[in-house]
Amino acid sequence: MNIIETYNLSKSYNGVSALNDISFGVEQGELFGLIGPDGAGKTTLFRLLATLLNPDSGSAVVNGYDIAKDYQKIRSCIGYMPGRFSLYPDLSVEENLNFFAALFGVDIKESYSLIAPIYKQIEPFKSRRAGKLSGGMKQKLALSCALIHKPAVLLLDEPTTGVDAVSRSEFWDMLSQLKESGITTLVSTPYMDEALRCDRIALCNEGRILGIDTPARITAEFNSKLYSISANNMYALLNAARKIEGVIECYPFGEKHHLVADNNFNPEIFISKLSYIEGVTIEPAEPTIEDMFIKLMKQ
Amino acid sequence: MKNNFWQFVKKESLHIIRDKRTMLVVMLIPVMLMVLFGFAISTEVNNINVAVVAPDRSNSIDDAVETLSNNNYFTFCGYITQEQIDEKLRSGEVSAVIVFTPDYDRKLSQVAAGITSAPLIQVIVDASNVNTANSATAYLQNILLGKESKQSMFETRMLFNPQMKSAYNFVPGIMGFIFILVCAMMTSVSIVREKETGTMEVLLASPARPIKIIFAKMIPYFAISCIVLIMILLLARYLLEVPMSGGVFGIFTLSLLYLVLSLSLGLFVSTIAQTQIAALLISAMVMMMPIMMLSGLLFPIENLPLFFQVVSNIIPARWYIDAMRKMMIQGAPLIAVWKDSVILIGMTIIILAISLKKFNNKLE
Repeated sequence: MNIIETYNLSKSYNGVSALNDISFGVEQGELFGLIGPDGAGKTTLFRLLATLLNPDSGSAVVNGYDIAKDYQKIRSCIGYMPGRFSLYPDLSVEENLNFFAALFGVDIKESYSLIAPIYKQIEPFKSRRAGKLSGGMKQKLALSCALIHKPAVLLLDEPTTGVDAVSRSEFWDMLSQLKESGITTLVSTPYMDEALRCDRIALCNEGRILGIDTPARITAEFNSKLYSISANNMYALLNAARKIEGVIECYPFGEKHHLVADNNFNPEIFISKLSYIEGVTIEPAEPTIEDMFIKLMKQ
Repeated sequence: MKNNFWQFVKKESLHIIRDKRTMLVVMLIPVMLMVLFGFAISTEVNNINVAVVAPDRSNSIDDAVETLSNNNYFTFCGYITQEQIDEKLRSGEVSAVIVFTPDYDRKLSQVAAGITSAPLIQVIVDASNVNTANSATAYLQNILLGKESKQSMFETRMLFNPQMKSAYNFVPGIMGFIFILVCAMMTSVSIVREKETGTMEVLLASPARPIKIIFAKMIPYFAISCIVLIMILLLARYLLEVPMSGGVFGIFTLSLLYLVLSLSLGLFVSTIAQTQIAALLISAMVMMMPIMMLSGLLFPIENLPLFFQVVSNIIPARWYIDAMRKMMIQGAPLIAVWKDSVILIGMTIIILAISLKKFNNKLE
């Protein structure tokens, strides 16, 4: 049985739909990622699962409890970390942790082993005010606080947004460690590269789920030809490439453009047709989650 | 779960203690208001310069003038002539002139014998400050007529506050005002701050009942208010010499009730406001202004237009200030202000009930 299961969940604010008919399940012990841009409805989904909002229609079950009826029970078994930094900046690291232990009615000693790998890193700064910590340290403290009561389910809303690349990577290492303790984690991120670190991901956009699978299988489903192209004048290349026959899609991708093509597409003809643009190169590319996301989004 | 309640209180206290600026303001404002209203802003008569016009000096006039100059509230500035009155008042050298009628002694005996009832003494007052002028006239009359009571039509005696000290009047008003500021405004802002910074989301998503956290929030503010209350009472008693003859017990009991009421008001504001600014504005506009204008703090309720008199009934401070005046100045015991107390208790229950009902366990 899935530890999180949603059934046709919908939610709108003042007539503007934020979540539309969402149904998915997260297995026990999974590290499940919600991947999508801002406005995809990720935060709304978290707030529904954290019993902070009531759904307009549909229902969801977390750890065997219904989010509408048994919300008090859910609140004891989830650890929720909102997107914004939500600790007290005027309290010290230690005071924050103590407060959250009191909030959940637990003794820090009991759950110390669980948070130790994370908390040890910020313990040298335990008397520092939380507001004066660096972005990465703030996230570690927030995660420690969310884990203080050994939750069955961890809900992390964009935990790595606004955090430097090294701290981001460290943070994901910690999530992998937590997985070994048997904690189910639902995490959202707008960064496609982080999706690879999840067991399974759901690609979401505009309140809908576009696809759910393991990152490997999601990219494997990309069944069109994909090329990476570049030129001296990238903007001109983008506009020109979109008009070439056989090109389904062309979009900026990092320093290059990615080009999705159908079976009639021939790279050599492509180069010859664009000979008026200087330095055009084209080479086959491996599809990434982002390519898949763009493809699903356009469908 | 019991001991964690005090953890919440501790956390709230830390918030307050670390916010030194706010702490300072809360502690200083009452003292400032007390000193300001007690000394600087006053309608009481103090060191009023008085000149006397007496065409025919006599013993009885000298007696009256002597009483006047022995009085702390007036300073006798000498005899002047009828022609000098205008100039002296205009230059501000004196604020009041007492004019005795010519041939005062003879006319006085005529009045005493009931032959005539024409006025014998004229008081000319510089009324550019209405409050001072009013008090000065009233007090001058009191002194002069009190001396010659046989010639007065009626005798006025100022009970409870014979010197018409304005501090007596303002202290209860300041208390009604300051507790709303500390309890209602600061509590509401501190609750709303959690909403604004997003910590409320985490609090709500925890198994602790949010209302328990809210009550834990109120305790430190309640404690601060108690300190402020003691401070105000000490200042009132020893600096402004307010009699408080009704007994400190009654004053304290009713003030504590008013504190609870103010905290409930704060909770109520926090259920409406979503941002700290909104909470501040609601507290300031909906609570402070009516308290200043309609509670009897600045203007007597009887002087208000009928509509505002009716409105003033729903303002808690009105009843609190009324009861405090009775207890502090008239020396009434707690039992004598039972009507005000019952109204305040009723208001507390209603506001608390509405706020608790409105308080949301979820985000919307």
